[in-house]
Amino acid sequence: MGHHFDIILRSIFLENLPLSFFLGMCTFLAISKQVKAAVGLGSAVLVLQIITVPLNNLILSYLLKPGAFDWAGFGDIDLTFLGLLTYIAIIAATVQILEMVLDRFVPALYNTLGIFLPLLTVNCAILGASLFMVERNYTFTESIAYGIGAGGGFFLAVVALAGIRERLEYANPPAALRGLGLTFVSVGLMAMAFMGLAGL
Amino acid sequence: MAETNIELLTNSILKRNPIALLVLGICSALAVTGQMATALVMSICLTLVTAFSSLTISIVRFQIPNSVRIGIQITIIATLVILVDEILKAFFFELSKQLSIFVGLIITNCIVMGRAEGFAMSNPPVASFIDGIGNGLGYSLILMLVAFIRELFGAGTLFGIEILQLTTNGGWYIRNGMLVLPASGFFIIATIIWIIRTLDPEQQEKK
Repeated sequence: MGHHFDIILRSIFLENLPLSFFLGMCTFLAISKQVKAAVGLGSAVLVLQIITVPLNNLILSYLLKPGAFDWAGFGDIDLTFLGLLTYIAIIAATVQILEMVLDRFVPALYNTLGIFLPLLTVNCAILGASLFMVERNYTFTESIAYGIGAGGGFFLAVVALAGIRERLEYANPPAALRGLGLTFVSVGLMAMAFMGLAGL
Repeated sequence: MAETNIELLTNSILKRNPIALLVLGICSALAVTGQMATALVMSICLTLVTAFSSLTISIVRFQIPNSVRIGIQITIIATLVILVDEILKAFFFELSKQLSIFVGLIITNCIVMGRAEGFAMSNPPVASFIDGIGNGLGYSLILMLVAFIRELFGAGTLFGIEILQLTTNGGWYIRNGMLVLPASGFFIIATIIWIIRTLDPEQQEKK
């Protein structure tokens, strides 16, 4: 149990997807102008990570790995080269299903998350988390912990950045630095701050 | 067509640079910039994938039903990326280990999708191919620049060859440890954007 807790903590602070691997930057920068929108996006990422990382883990263990088809008599088939295509398809399908389910059963939540969900199909943070899970050979329970941590880290980072950017509206920087440039500087400072938590 | 092929190429590298102006594709861009070698390989992979996915999508653009076009684009891109990934694993195993998941992440790189959706769907194959190369090179330019700064001043080397002799090896240069950290990538990109927007005030954001 402690080991899983360790994975969660490490993926939130130390190996934060946007801040130390630059994943999901496009959406991260686009939707961090207001805290409210950032909370919506952050929760969408969190939900999606918790579903897709363990799901892709199951797909990997029972469909793609060599030996996965033992029961059918094809013991030596290795389909891992299809991994990339499969993961992205799983993510796209999950987004679609999640969207429909939310729309039908939890309209309030759908209105908050709805617009961000389709965006997340092509978000590198989502695919990146699944690929990290594969590379590090996480087991099924570890992959659940990693999904929570990766999503939680993104949530924390995007909401914090939105808070900073709301304040930056009142600042008076050089004209050429306004907007994007200043955002990058803030993200850089945040990345350094998160790194300071390495001793945790 | 409004632009000739040459203009298309140069404009995508300089005037409409995907990273500096449109902030696309940063996702995978910065993580591999710690060393020139990985950045170079990443640039080549991305340029090839963008060019060939634009070409393929442009060829079949009249056959793609509008409602499922994103799915088809992703499938084409993912197939190309798998090809690149397998080739790297077969011939450059060390490099492919270092790039780890970032080659796979080319699939979700916004530049590739953006060019497929924004250009290749409505333009003939040759122009799309050149547009893909141009955008790939524009991306490579920024990537190599960031990698150059980070490797030269962070480790004193370029492509692993020692340029500035480090104090640890009896030289004079004290390496800048911060440039090895991921955070420095953000500062370097911020500076590049600052310089570009000072030179070209049209790109500045309004209050």
